Amino acid sequence: MDDLNLAMRDRYRNNFLQEVEANVEEGEWAKMCMQCGVCSGSCPFGPHWDHPPQEIFMMIRANKREEVLSSTSMWLCTSCYNCIVRCPREIPITHIMHGLASYAQRLGLAPKEQPTRKFGLMFWDNIEKNGRVNESILGIKLYFMNGFKEGVKTAYKMAPVGWNMLRTKRFNPFALIPFLHKRCKKRSDIQAILRKAQQIENARTVRFGTAGG
Amino acid sequence: MSEVKIGAYICKGCGIGERLDTDQLEQIAAREGKAAIVRQHEFLCSTSGVQSIQNDISAGDVNRIVIAACSRRAKTEAFRFENVAISRANLREGVIWVRPDTEEALELTQEMAGDYLRMGCAEAKHMTPPSPHVESTTTREVLIVGGGLTGLTAALEASKAGYRATIVEKSGELGGWAAKLYRRTPHRSPYTDPQETGIADLIAAVQSDANISVQLDATITRTSGSPGRFFVDIATESGATRTDRFGAIIQATGFTPFDANKLPELGFGKSPDVVDQLGLERLAREANGGPIKRPSDGKDVRNVVFVQCAGQRSQSEGHLPYCSGHCCNTSIKQAMYFKDANPGVDTTILYTDLRSPGNGEDFYRSGQKKGVIFTKGVVKEVVPENGVLDVRLKDLILDEDVAIRADLVVLATGMVANSGVNIDAVPLDADKDAKPGEAHIEIPIESILNLDYRQGPDMPQLRHGFNDSHFICFPYETQRTGIYAAGPVRRPMDMVQVVDDAAGATLKAIQALENAGLGRAAHPRSGDLSFPSFRREGCTQCKRCTVECPFGAIDEDEKRYPIFNESRCRRCGTCMGACPVRVISFENYSVDSVGQQIKAVDIPDEFSEKPRILVLACENDAYPALDMAAMNRLEYSAFVRVIPVRCLGSVNTIWVTDALNGGYDSVVLMGCQKGENYQCHFVKGSEMAHYRMSKIDDTLQQLQMETERVCTYEVAITDIHRASQLINDMAATIDRIGLSPFKF
Ligand code: SF4
Ligand code: SF4
Ligand code: SF4
Repeated sequence: MDDLNLAMRDRYRNNFLQEVEANVEEGEWAKMCMQCGVCSGSCPFGPHWDHPPQEIFMMIRANKREEVLSSTSMWLCTSCYNCIVRCPREIPITHIMHGLASYAQRLGLAPKEQPTRKFGLMFWDNIEKNGRVNESILGIKLYFMNGFKEGVKTAYKMAPVGWNMLRTKRFNPFALIPFLHKRCKKRSDIQAILRKAQQIENARTVRFGTAGG
Repeated sequence: MSEVKIGAYICKGCGIGERLDTDQLEQIAAREGKAAIVRQHEFLCSTSGVQSIQNDISAGDVNRIVIAACSRRAKTEAFRFENVAISRANLREGVIWVRPDTEEALELTQEMAGDYLRMGCAEAKHMTPPSPHVESTTTREVLIVGGGLTGLTAALEASKAGYRATIVEKSGELGGWAAKLYRRTPHRSPYTDPQETGIADLIAAVQSDANISVQLDATITRTSGSPGRFFVDIATESGATRTDRFGAIIQATGFTPFDANKLPELGFGKSPDVVDQLGLERLAREANGGPIKRPSDGKDVRNVVFVQCAGQRSQSEGHLPYCSGHCCNTSIKQAMYFKDANPGVDTTILYTDLRSPGNGEDFYRSGQKKGVIFTKGVVKEVVPENGVLDVRLKDLILDEDVAIRADLVVLATGMVANSGVNIDAVPLDADKDAKPGEAHIEIPIESILNLDYRQGPDMPQLRHGFNDSHFICFPYETQRTGIYAAGPVRRPMDMVQVVDDAAGATLKAIQALENAGLGRAAHPRSGDLSFPSFRREGCTQCKRCTVECPFGAIDEDEKRYPIFNESRCRRCGTCMGACPVRVISFENYSVDSVGQQIKAVDIPDEFSEKPRILVLACENDAYPALDMAAMNRLEYSAFVRVIPVRCLGSVNTIWVTDALNGGYDSVVLMGCQKGENYQCHFVKGSEMAHYRMSKIDDTLQQLQMETERVCTYEVAITDIHRASQLINDMAATIDRIGLSPFKF
């Protein structure tokens, strides 16, 4: 117990809270939570989170930097906005959850195997390359997200659906062929915009040391 | 006024005329009630109706009035006449509205109305119109005990209303605890930042007010007399004592901070860096806007932890079981002292339930905006270690045991009332039934008022050492007439509440002294001129009245006869109910005025199958509840006869035994809630009645009667359905057990 205490003595310092305020989207709201628990009770995924939103806010204030940023919790948010609607303090919880996830990703602390994260990266990659979403490729990649064997299995299972979509012209098999599918006209411009945005974000990010201090 | 001349006035409005045979009622009033004049009127409360009554009074034809119309609670303005005794026979709420409008019901309904007329006439005959007994000239001077925020505010309020005030303050300066604060929690919009206390201005205003005199270093060595003429000995430090006369007293003696030395587990006394909230105010005053320094080494505080509910809201031995109400907001304010001087200081407030009354919610939010950290957790201990404080707690949200290192710990301890001697204190070993936490809270046991009343030197307390002030219905009212409690002496409160309290208590005090000057009762029977007197020859000096009077109105003379102090009396009649030889009475309310009503009811013989149920209902709650039942047309048994009483405490058991001997089949008593959460307007009346009635079973058994025939209930004003149901239940009981054997 005593070692543990020692390790935790920097608890409730405001360092991580200040970091969240500076670097996370809508992060300045984290301190305003009054711990009523309405968000956790309203979240359809609440029971599946390791740390539902209320707890995340408390952890931020308790200076639990690593635990928050490496948590899978905020990746489970489906943007249903139940919590925002109900929070008596009008805290933009959904945005903060996504903000935290994205900040964790930028710092390389996000859990590698988290499926939402993996899908998010694929989606981003797809957009960045094409300037728009290619749903066919994204869908197939999603099947193979967890390896070749599982991908084949899923594709086989989904074949009847695919066939029906093909028949009703909802699915264009040619879009799967790299040089045939449609891309947006000036992809390089979009890529430049994204690069610029990244630059601005990086410049705005305040550097903090890791835990403690 | 010697000759009794009764005038009975029967109203035919509101459906009474259609539902009842008023000619028959007129006959009853004239023949049985011996009314000299009986008149019927289409709408008695109309100008012409009222005028016809007034004409008879003015002509000297009547001096007792029976108004047979609506409830005594209705049309009180219209039926107010001077210099006569008035009785009200309740034909509307008491009869036609609670009975079905059917052919079959007619006979019993008419019998009901007839009885209420007989009762009205009987009551009128045994009442005399009360006249004022002016004890004193009006003394427009208020004594205020305590020179803190409550006392200062009260003095200024009294002065603004045109009265003189004297502040007696034990210490050498005015301002109390409020003067020891660096800032106060905000009391003005936008409720975001600590504000100046303003106490210096208040003191200056008091000192420059010609209507206010201040006695510092002074105590009260004796208080005698009664409202309108309190004689108070004020002793000053020099040893001189002078006696002054006051009309009313406000006890604004405030609180003593809980002794934090009782919290060694939280580090108090072990490290100078653990302070209570007042200790932090001292540090903040020293810093005066700059960085707050640690007491131990004078270094700037970088990390401060506030522990809420320290020794409060706790059932542990020696702790306070209650919440002191201001301390969450106070800690938020104190955290701001640090944040406002330097946002880099970490401030953590550890609470189990954050309570921010008043506009504290905005203040709480402002604290959060400034970066104060609020953590829900239970602090187990504070351990000083190498110059830092280790605060060990269980974080209730994250559900784990953690520790915080702090430079300074502030304990939010509570308020202990300065209420003087607990005159009802039971020796500790006799208090075995006390629930844990309800056990004794140690309080300074020096008397404050030194009343020379036979009931003890200070005001009675309700719970946890706070003076009893009936905060459900009548804040500031205490069990000592003309003495009002204001501020934290009656319940824990913050400064905003204190200011309201002081104003409220001052107005009550003014009301009391004005009423006393006119010989009128104080609240809740304010304006009542009647007053209890006793027949000395009959008195056995049993002292029941002196003991049972809830307001300490009765002293004893050297021969141990009771002395009734008129302006201390609230006119509840509890003494009248208590007196075993029935020598206490009021001019318009007496053992006779009710007893004769009971006798006047026509009791049918045992073969008639018509029982009679007597209901004695408290006029403050149960009687209005029955009136409201009538407004909702809730029907109840036609066998019932209801008599309103001033307080259930005024019920003399002779009424019950006489009724049963006289052929009534049952008696139902309805009073207010008693006990710790009492709603009795006279504090102890209902409790006394319940106690007395608990002894009635023996009497019933001697009479060979079933004990179910007499029931005592607590009925609230909102028990509209229940009140009428209780009557019907009793009718069903009589049905089951049969009529009384005492019919003649
Ligand atoms: S609903 Fe809002 S205030 Fe309540 S716990 Fe969630 S974030 Fe905090
Ligand atoms: S928006 Fe996200 S965090 Fe909020 S309730 Fe929905 S899933 Fe839960
Ligand atoms: S018991 Fe009631 S009526 Fe009697 S002296 Fe006391 S206050 Fe007055």
